[in-house]
Amino acid sequence: MFKELFDNYNWDDVKASIYAKTERDVIDALNKNNRDLEDFKALISPAALPYLEQMSQLSHQLTLKRFGRTMQMYVPIYLSNECQNICTYCGFSFNNHIKRKTLTNEEILKEVAAIKEWGYEHALLVTGEATQTVGVDYLKNAIRLIRDQFSNISIEVQPLNQDEYEILGAEGLNTVLVYQETYHHENYKTHHPKGKKSNFYYRLDTPDRLGKAGVHKIGLGVLLGLEDWRVDSFFTALHLDYLEKTYWQTKYAISFPRLRPAEGVILPKMELRDKELAQLICAYRIFNGEVELSISTRESERFRNNIIKLGITSISAGSKTNPGGYAVDPESLEQFSVSDERSPKEIAAMLRQQGYEPVWKDWDLALMTTGHGK
Amino acid sequence: MQNSKLKIGDKTFISRLFTGTGKFSSSALMEEALLASGSELVTVALRRVDTENIDDDILKHLAHPQFNLLPNTSGVRNAKQAVFAAQMAREALETNWLKLEIHPDPKYLLPDPVETLKAAEELVKLGFIVLPYIHADPVLCKRLEEVGVAAVMPLGSPIGSNKGLRAKDFLEIIIAQSKVPVVVDAGIGAPSHAAEAMEMGADAVLVNTAIAVAGNPVRMAEAFKMAVEAGRMAFESRLAKPTSLAVASSPLTAFLED
Repeated sequence: MFKELFDNYNWDDVKASIYAKTERDVIDALNKNNRDLEDFKALISPAALPYLEQMSQLSHQLTLKRFGRTMQMYVPIYLSNECQNICTYCGFSFNNHIKRKTLTNEEILKEVAAIKEWGYEHALLVTGEATQTVGVDYLKNAIRLIRDQFSNISIEVQPLNQDEYEILGAEGLNTVLVYQETYHHENYKTHHPKGKKSNFYYRLDTPDRLGKAGVHKIGLGVLLGLEDWRVDSFFTALHLDYLEKTYWQTKYAISFPRLRPAEGVILPKMELRDKELAQLICAYRIFNGEVELSISTRESERFRNNIIKLGITSISAGSKTNPGGYAVDPESLEQFSVSDERSPKEIAAMLRQQGYEPVWKDWDLALMTTGHGK
Repeated sequence: MQNSKLKIGDKTFISRLFTGTGKFSSSALMEEALLASGSELVTVALRRVDTENIDDDILKHLAHPQFNLLPNTSGVRNAKQAVFAAQMAREALETNWLKLEIHPDPKYLLPDPVETLKAAEELVKLGFIVLPYIHADPVLCKRLEEVGVAAVMPLGSPIGSNKGLRAKDFLEIIIAQSKVPVVVDAGIGAPSHAAEAMEMGADAVLVNTAIAVAGNPVRMAEAFKMAVEAGRMAFESRLAKPTSLAVASSPLTAFLED
């Protein structure tokens, strides 16, 4: 399990070694063919900022080679905002007095009908953590309900046990996104004071359980800005590297949620500027030519228009981050505020204009029908 | 004089350039490039097409009589899944031709020889024309030939790498001993690589990335067309090999002339 590897590292030592990287280290990293974690440190260090243009060119070339001139389209469907966790940065936090809602079958289908109109084939189901109402049975039911209408179904929900992932996998689940939020063990507790989520190691070893369960793709990430994003990103890369070597049949993706203002939440401890987010995206691509890199509607129109050429391979559009936001109850409270409000059609047109083909379908349930793994 | 035609299964091809359909910036550009390539066999991923939609963007742009579709099983991780996906593809795309791809490793997309052999055997029995994507492994190629595949598709170098024929020594052995056509697949990054494979005696090559991500995919497709034709023509014309044989000043065989 990743815990064993993780426990050999010390946050402050990692931080010191990232900030000690020099221009020479950056140049060496850029000139290599295969980069290791020390090179990744150099690429995310302040010393690499002057090389952002070179990093961008390299990242673009590497992405083109692997992914071609294509961009995967996906959309989140928020099924529930019920949550028993207190997370200091989240609009759905237990202690926030908002109207709670969990979609019924009829409501889910109404939401699905709305987003199918836009052409989506890849859907991401999102919930808070409320085991009584949105546990495995709820998720299993939701996947069954919609699987005929989507080629690829992902979830972003509370961490589950291996057998629970196996159950959902057999129903057609393809991908699970589970963000560590922060790898800072001590401060994790202050950001997550109450609820199941406050168990750091259970969350940390979730990707291991996913790997063992044979889930096809695992999405990793941290909430950028919660702690020093450079150190958190190093640990994400360490996690990725470990997982790729351990669960070699699994695909991996990285997301870049930046802490943004939401109802009743804290402000970022360390802000990540646009320039640094671009640096981080390029660093991942240069470190790993195959990992999928995803950008959401949290980011601005201008940033998204330009970042797609710097290594991004999948993009959401038209997203609503409130349960029922597409058709059932568009006025309800969102988890975080969407910055880029353009429609999927407008995003697709923007992509085409830049010479990218928006890909709606890149999976088929027929490819996993006889079960998962071996 | 024309290059000889290539026969695989029940079909005869004039063009020895097979092509892929991924990574293009639009389906319209893909169509234009594939038309320029002269290709008659075009592989398409089941995962990318919406087989229930008669207006599917990719299939719509491949609706030309010269394009024979070669569905592939990209995404499956084992023989069982491949056999199921193949049957879906046969039904949806109305062809029993299949590019068998089993790469359980999503990072380097390297084929699993064990699962591929297992799946090939079963698919041949189910009436498929099977073209398996495999390592440049001469023994595996013979084993696949024995179970009845229509051709073998060994890789030149890792897929998408554009590195050319890094597996050249093994490809030469495969070409020398194969009774079924040999299609060099993966890693061909430049027309010169394609020409090299054809000069070696490969029966065809499959190219995707190098065309799709070129600055001008249509012109690049044409360049590959010419390279494949030139390479084949050279092979059929019995290409003179470079030689380092020298004539010694004191011949060892002089005594035989006496």
